Amino acid sequence: MAALQELVNHYNHWIAVFLMVAGLYVVVARGNMVKKLVGLSLFQTSVYLIYLTPGKIIGGTAPILSDEFTVYSNPLPHVLILTAIVVGIATIALGLALVVRINEAFGSIEEDEIFEKDVEA
Amino acid sequence: MVLLTLMAIVTIGVVRLRNLFAVVILGGIYSFLMASVMIMLDAVDVAMTEASVGAGISTVLMLGTLYLTKMEETRPAHTPLLPLFVAVVTAGGLIYGTIDLPPFGDAAGIIHQHVAPHYLQNSIVETSVPNVVTSVLASYRGFDTLGETVVIFTAGIAVLLLLKGRRPASEPDSNAAKARSRRRRPKA
Amino acid sequence: MKFDTILRIGTKLFLPFILVFALYVQFHGDYGPGGGFQAGVIAAAMVIFYAITFGLEAAKQAMPPLVLEVLIGLGVFLYTGVGIVAMLKGGEFLNYSALKHDPVHGQHLGILLVELGVLITVFATMTAIFYAFVGRGR
Repeated sequence: MAALQELVNHYNHWIAVFLMVAGLYVVVARGNMVKKLVGLSLFQTSVYLIYLTPGKIIGGTAPILSDEFTVYSNPLPHVLILTAIVVGIATIALGLALVVRINEAFGSIEEDEIFEKDVEA
Repeated sequence: MVLLTLMAIVTIGVVRLRNLFAVVILGGIYSFLMASVMIMLDAVDVAMTEASVGAGISTVLMLGTLYLTKMEETRPAHTPLLPLFVAVVTAGGLIYGTIDLPPFGDAAGIIHQHVAPHYLQNSIVETSVPNVVTSVLASYRGFDTLGETVVIFTAGIAVLLLLKGRRPASEPDSNAAKARSRRRRPKA
Repeated sequence: MKFDTILRIGTKLFLPFILVFALYVQFHGDYGPGGGFQAGVIAAAMVIFYAITFGLEAAKQAMPPLVLEVLIGLGVFLYTGVGIVAMLKGGEFLNYSALKHDPVHGQHLGILLVELGVLITVFATMTAIFYAFVGRGR
């Protein structure tokens, strides 16, 4: 019973850890640059989950004030994550632009091939 | 919980697949699942942003990049053992860290004691805006949002600088590079 | 693409509603979920939708890149401008209470203007990035 309680308490955290580690693995293990950027965005979204989880109060509602409700979830993480999402898309767009330019210069988006050509040149 | 499990499954798909088109589309599905989870966590504003940014704009940009480069990823040359080891060790450390975190949905958590009650009680009195996320975003934490707008502005300018100019056709060895890239592009 | 009548007419029917929804999200953001970022991204999605159906050139005629480049800067300018006006009126930087005699009205006005600045920058940047990526292929 205690184990089940522990699972319910920390399931969000554990999934977030899994997503984060999956992102890390993709970034380190794969040589394709678009794949690396997908991994980077996986990593980012896992952080959103970590931030939003403690803000939730069971029985609370979304932080839009009204006379009908008294318990609201914490609005502060929402604001921080809103900022993080928009900064995230800005980073991804910049990374993709760099990938496009690298492809034009080297004719490849695989890390190993680019290193080879760089050594040749 | 079901949604979170689905997300984990989609993530496994993203990690294992080598067709980049499928990876990007799975990324879109992942973003929608993430948005649903955010609604469950009462973060409606964030869910809206994630659905439109994560599943909309970033998928479109990734597909645009794939069109300009190529669709298929080559087989990884190195053995994945070392990254796997790093990932497992990191996961172990992080899970050990979660044991001490407050339980899910607890109203007595530390995060609910600091400035959040002030925002919730005074938003209407001080700004007359019922949506607390908006009032915190634009008023109480206006500096953050200013910085964020400047980040968007900078990223936009950087992307335009990188991509707006003509292709470097006049440079000496770029013709060879272009020929190479044309050869490598898969037959559509 | 010339023969896809349903797609073309359907797109034309959809576009105004997408724009109205974006503006609703923008100006109703004080009372319900929404705000500058979401509205900007939805409006950018409208332009992207138009470009996908009618081609990049048509989209560039409807929303010229030069205008977008001006708008990217204008949003940030509006945001900082609100802050500086608040300073000139005797408050701190970005303290909207100084904007009007009644501090609460000042706050409301400031939030509205700042969200408008965010909307303009996000919309223009997202659309300009999309143009840059798609225009690169030709």
